[in-house]
Amino acid sequence: MDLSVRTSKGDKFLRSFIDSEKGTVNRELYINQDVFEQEMEQIYRRCWLFLGHESQLRNPGDFFVSRMGTEEVLVVRDRKDQKIRAFLNSCRHRGEKVCRYDQGNSLIFTCPFHAWTYDTSGRLVGAAGQNSPQGYAGDLKKEDWGLTEVAQFTNYYGTLWATWDKDAPSFEDYLGPFAESVRYMCEGSDGVDNGLEVFTPFQKWRVPTNWKVPAFTSSRDPEHGAMTHRSVNAAAIGPMRELQGGDRSRKRQLIENITYVCGDHNLGHGGAWTKYLAPGIAEYVDGWYEDGVDDYFREMHVKKMEKYKDRIVPPQGHDAGHFCVFPNFIMDAWRWRIWHPHEVGVVERWSLFGVDKDAPKHVKDAVRHYVMRYNGPSGATESDDMENWNYVYPASRGAVAREWDYNFANGLGHGFQEDGAPGALVFNGNRSEEAHRARFSRWLAFMEAESWDDLYPIKSDANHRLW
Amino acid sequence: MTDLQRPKSEVRNDFLLQHQAAQFLYREARLLDERRLSDWLELLAEDLHYFMPLRRNIKYGDWHLEYSDPETEISYFDEDKSILTGRVRQIETGVHWAEEPVSRFEHIISNVEVTDQIGDEIYVNSKFYTYQNRLADEVQVFCGRRYDVLRRDEVTDFKIVKRKILIAQNVLLAKVINTFF
Repeated sequence: MDLSVRTSKGDKFLRSFIDSEKGTVNRELYINQDVFEQEMEQIYRRCWLFLGHESQLRNPGDFFVSRMGTEEVLVVRDRKDQKIRAFLNSCRHRGEKVCRYDQGNSLIFTCPFHAWTYDTSGRLVGAAGQNSPQGYAGDLKKEDWGLTEVAQFTNYYGTLWATWDKDAPSFEDYLGPFAESVRYMCEGSDGVDNGLEVFTPFQKWRVPTNWKVPAFTSSRDPEHGAMTHRSVNAAAIGPMRELQGGDRSRKRQLIENITYVCGDHNLGHGGAWTKYLAPGIAEYVDGWYEDGVDDYFREMHVKKMEKYKDRIVPPQGHDAGHFCVFPNFIMDAWRWRIWHPHEVGVVERWSLFGVDKDAPKHVKDAVRHYVMRYNGPSGATESDDMENWNYVYPASRGAVAREWDYNFANGLGHGFQEDGAPGALVFNGNRSEEAHRARFSRWLAFMEAESWDDLYPIKSDANHRLW
Repeated sequence: MTDLQRPKSEVRNDFLLQHQAAQFLYREARLLDERRLSDWLELLAEDLHYFMPLRRNIKYGDWHLEYSDPETEISYFDEDKSILTGRVRQIETGVHWAEEPVSRFEHIISNVEVTDQIGDEIYVNSKFYTYQNRLADEVQVFCGRRYDVLRRDEVTDFKIVKRKILIAQNVLLAKVINTFF
């Protein structure tokens, strides 16, 4: 038996903490230190993870520091070939961070410890004592001591992703049926591919809870809204502010559709899934408080309608998307949320907001102010989420509390698969927890798998659906 | 507003003005701590700009990159009185879970300096140390500086016209900000 899938609780195996008949997950999986350490190895070293957006790196030498799980990575646009690459932010000599700034532009990255110096393609170009007769005496083979580069990197319609596993499938295959949704989310509001830039800096803040609490179950979680966000409309923070009774939601008109929650049990992604029954995009509905903003979006929308007039929009169409890219990235239309685990009970949240890269200033300003009052640690909506996600953790940790199971049974047994749809794509009611269950199907597959040979369904013809 | 030079002598030596500004800021802090949020709103000018930027780790000298730019970038707060009024309404619903049950806040204000006076507006710098204690054992500390513009007012002595809040954190170590500074 492989010890790597055991927990410290006697000889119990991870699989035994999930009851697919009852639809439950034992709290141990959220609070156990061994489980967390295994997640970092089994999941965060193998999955494709979100790093940032190309608009953060416009010029050669531009860089920013991002995270992959508990570790920092340096993302930099090379001065010579202008390619974007990502490296572990840890000097090859003694492991100090080679870059201690959030962003900037640089010729080189010099470690502040012993001056090991790397260029913007990650190559070692110098080190203290490299030529000293009493030191390396010219024997330091610089070509062997470059920064540790990610195994695979991709720029997907402007979004930057990487994995530490050379055997991971291509990013598009990793996304599977959600690839067109991610692509759609990166369109400008006129429907043009890679039409966004992101506002900077990102809001970053810590929440004392296990990373899976928000990452696995915030998309999509339709039943939390009415209770968690009961107070929000009083704050009138929506695009319309006090107009429309302070409603926090933007009004939209939709093509005839059926809405589901959909989870991909083989790949782990999932969330809202709207099946449009006719081609096209519905008319624009005015919904902005500030002058001239609707004029801009209406004009863009007409272009988008033209693009899609004979096409069924993807299931995340009409700004209606809200789904998780396994394991820790939530796309809520152009609002993107990343959950970086730090410790078993601490997660760091980063928020990015996309906006049409060519939008005029008054439009960018309106969008920017909307997201600031809505989202983040000072956002009138998300602050209530933080409270609930936080207190799940301490209230689940006790010797008694940890014995109990979380209930993931909403809609259990009502999911269905469609003929011709990819292997383990399961549709369920639009208020169900199907996407949460899909996350755990995939989670267990990662935790038990020896390698990507056991993980990529096309290769192994697997069906990881647990429930 | 952030002038590091010695303030003009007519401001520096105006003990009454220094005293009035400090007393106003202390009173404001007390209203927040006593949860008299509607009274606190009375201290805000209708044309208030309330701004609390994010802070980056940047290379020495790249100071223009340190604080998020209110013209183009993302901040914690970058808003007017109407949004702040909405936030108070939200807290007062009693179902704003991030601040329900309500916290025990203590806003400590110090280092008050009036640095300039132009017409009926004065420029005031101060520091805050805000202690938050909530539920059984949750503690957060928010510490930083403020750069204010206050306008003379017959009823409340001053109204806050501009406030720039610089918190001494990069990654925010609190899960939410559910008070005002």
